[in-house]
Amino acid sequence: MNWQSVLRDCCGSAAAEHRFRDNICVTIPAESLHQVLSRLKNDAGFDMLVDITAVDYLDYPDAADRFGVVYCLLATGSGERLIVRVLLNEPDLQLSTAVDLWRGADWLEREVFDMFGIRFAGHPDLRRILMPDEFTSYPLRKDYPLKGRGERHNFAVITRAES
Amino acid sequence: MPFEISEWPTTDAESGAVEHEYLWTLNFGPQHPATHTTLRLILTLDGEKVINAVPDIGYLHSGFEKLAEDLDFNQYVTIVDRMNYLSPLANEIAWHHTVEKLLGIELTPRCRYVRTILAELMRLHDHLLNVGTTGLDLGAFTAFLYAFAQREKIYDIAEAASGQRFHGSYTRVGGVLFDINTAWVNQVRAFCKGFRQAHTDIDKLLTRNRIFIDRTRGVGVLTRDDAINFSCTGPVARASGVVRDLRKNEPYLAYNDFDFQVVCAKEGDSFSRYQVRMGEMLESLGIIEQAIENVPAGPINVDPEGKAVLPAKPDVFRSIEGLINHFELIMPNRGFEVPLESIYAATESPNGELGFYLVTNGTNRAYRARTRPPSYIHFAVFPHLIAGHMLSDIVAVLGSLNIIAAELDR
Repeated sequence: MNWQSVLRDCCGSAAAEHRFRDNICVTIPAESLHQVLSRLKNDAGFDMLVDITAVDYLDYPDAADRFGVVYCLLATGSGERLIVRVLLNEPDLQLSTAVDLWRGADWLEREVFDMFGIRFAGHPDLRRILMPDEFTSYPLRKDYPLKGRGERHNFAVITRAES
Repeated sequence: MPFEISEWPTTDAESGAVEHEYLWTLNFGPQHPATHTTLRLILTLDGEKVINAVPDIGYLHSGFEKLAEDLDFNQYVTIVDRMNYLSPLANEIAWHHTVEKLLGIELTPRCRYVRTILAELMRLHDHLLNVGTTGLDLGAFTAFLYAFAQREKIYDIAEAASGQRFHGSYTRVGGVLFDINTAWVNQVRAFCKGFRQAHTDIDKLLTRNRIFIDRTRGVGVLTRDDAINFSCTGPVARASGVVRDLRKNEPYLAYNDFDFQVVCAKEGDSFSRYQVRMGEMLESLGIIEQAIENVPAGPINVDPEGKAVLPAKPDVFRSIEGLINHFELIMPNRGFEVPLESIYAATESPNGELGFYLVTNGTNRAYRARTRPPSYIHFAVFPHLIAGHMLSDIVAVLGSLNIIAAELDR
C-alpha cells in the first residue's frame, strides 16, 4: 500500500499535498496524526523517523495557524521520503506521541517541547532537554526575543491574534 | 538538573534488573576525560553493573537554531562550522547543500569535485579522531598519536584551502570562498600517499589487539531493527547491518562519478562500529584519490549573472555590470531571490545523516533552520546500549557512538 492510499483512508480530502523540488509534504489534521503515522509505518513501509521538528508561523506571510509540527519519514527499503506536517493553535498545543511507534521519537519530542512548548500526550518522560528545568519560556518561539537586555519577563508575549 | 526521587525509573525492563536498596547513583561527567566534551550521565549502579543511565545534556546549548533566524545564508556558515567541530567543512557542505537545493542552484563541476574532496577529508578527520580516542580511552595510547599526526595534515590542507585550520567557513552559496591551486592539489596528493601507511599502522595497533577486542566486542549491541527504530544513521546504523549511505542512495555533489563501497557490518557492537569506521576511511581515501586527479577545469563558482555569488573583484572595480551584481547581492534590501517554501535536504556527514529543515519567508534569512543532528539521535540510544553492562564499558560504547557535544546541544 502506498502513502497516498493511507492518507486517503485516514484523512479523506483533509490532507493537503505540496511538492517542492524532491520534497513531498502532506499537511494533515492533528487528530488523525497518530493513526496516519502508524499506518505509514506499518502499511506503507516508512520504517524510519528521520526527524521531528516544529515551526512557529507567528509572523510568517499568509499563515493562518501558529505552529507546525513536522515529521520527516523515510522508507529504508525504497528510499522514499515523506514529510508529514500538522498545524496547531493556542491554547491547544498538544499532539499524541510517536514514541510507541519509534523509540527515536523520544528525544526529538522532548526537544520540540523544550523549544516550542508543544506537549505530546503519552510521552513517557516529557521533560526539558536542552534548557534547564527551571527555565520558564520556549526559546524558539518567534515572540521570544533574539537580542536585548534583561531576562524574558522584560519582553512582551505575543499571540497569533495580536500579531 | 535537580532530580526528584519520584522521577527515577524504578525498574529497567531491558536489563531485567529489579530495584534493590543497595543501588547507588554515580555522576559521570559533565567534566570527564572519556566524555571528551561536556555531557553528563546519571548512572544507577548495582556494584559495577550499570542498571540505568539517564543522559543529561544541554551544557553546550548556545541557540544555534535561533541564531540562524538572524543571520543570512552565507553568514550562518560560521555557526554550522561550530556544530560538529570534528568535521566542520562537512557541516558547511550540508548547510549550503540545503540552501542551494532551496534556491535551485546547480554547482559547477569543479566546485562539486572540490567539495567532495573536502567532505571526504573531513570524514577521515572525524573517523581518525574517533578511532584514536576510542583507543585512548581503552588504554591504547599509541594509535591516538598516529591518528593525530594525520589529522594535523588535514588541518594544513583545510588551512591552505580556506585560510583557517579549524573552522574554515569555506563554502558559499553557489561556490566556495577561494579557488584551489596546484600547490593544494599536490598537498592532498602527498597526504594520500602517507595516509595508507598510517591507516595500516593504526589497524595493526588496534584491530587484533587482545585488550581492545575484549573491551569492545559484544559490548553495546544494537540490532538492525533497533537501529532503524531509533533513527540511527551513518556508521552506527551501518555497523548494525542497515545498508544505507546517502552518497549511494541519494547521490549529491560528485559521488556518482566515483567507485566506492558502502562499508557495513552485522554485529552492531562497539567493535564493528570501529571496523566500519576503519573501512570507511579506506573508501574515503579511494574517493579522494580518484577525485584529486580529475578535478575539472573551469570556474569554481556559478555564474555571477545568476546573482547568487559575488563577482570577481576586478569585474566589480572595472565594469558597471560587475558593480551592479555586487551590490545586488550585498545591499540590505537586495540579495537572493528566495521562494516562500520549506525544504529538507540531507548529506552523509561522517557521523550520519546531517540534514537541515529550512523554512524561508522570502528574505535572505532562514525563517526556521532546523538541524537534524546525528549525535543527538545517537546519544538517545545510549541508555539502551549500556543497560546491563559494566561501568568500564561506558567509555567503549560512548566512544563508538562518537558523540560531539557541540552538535548534541547546538
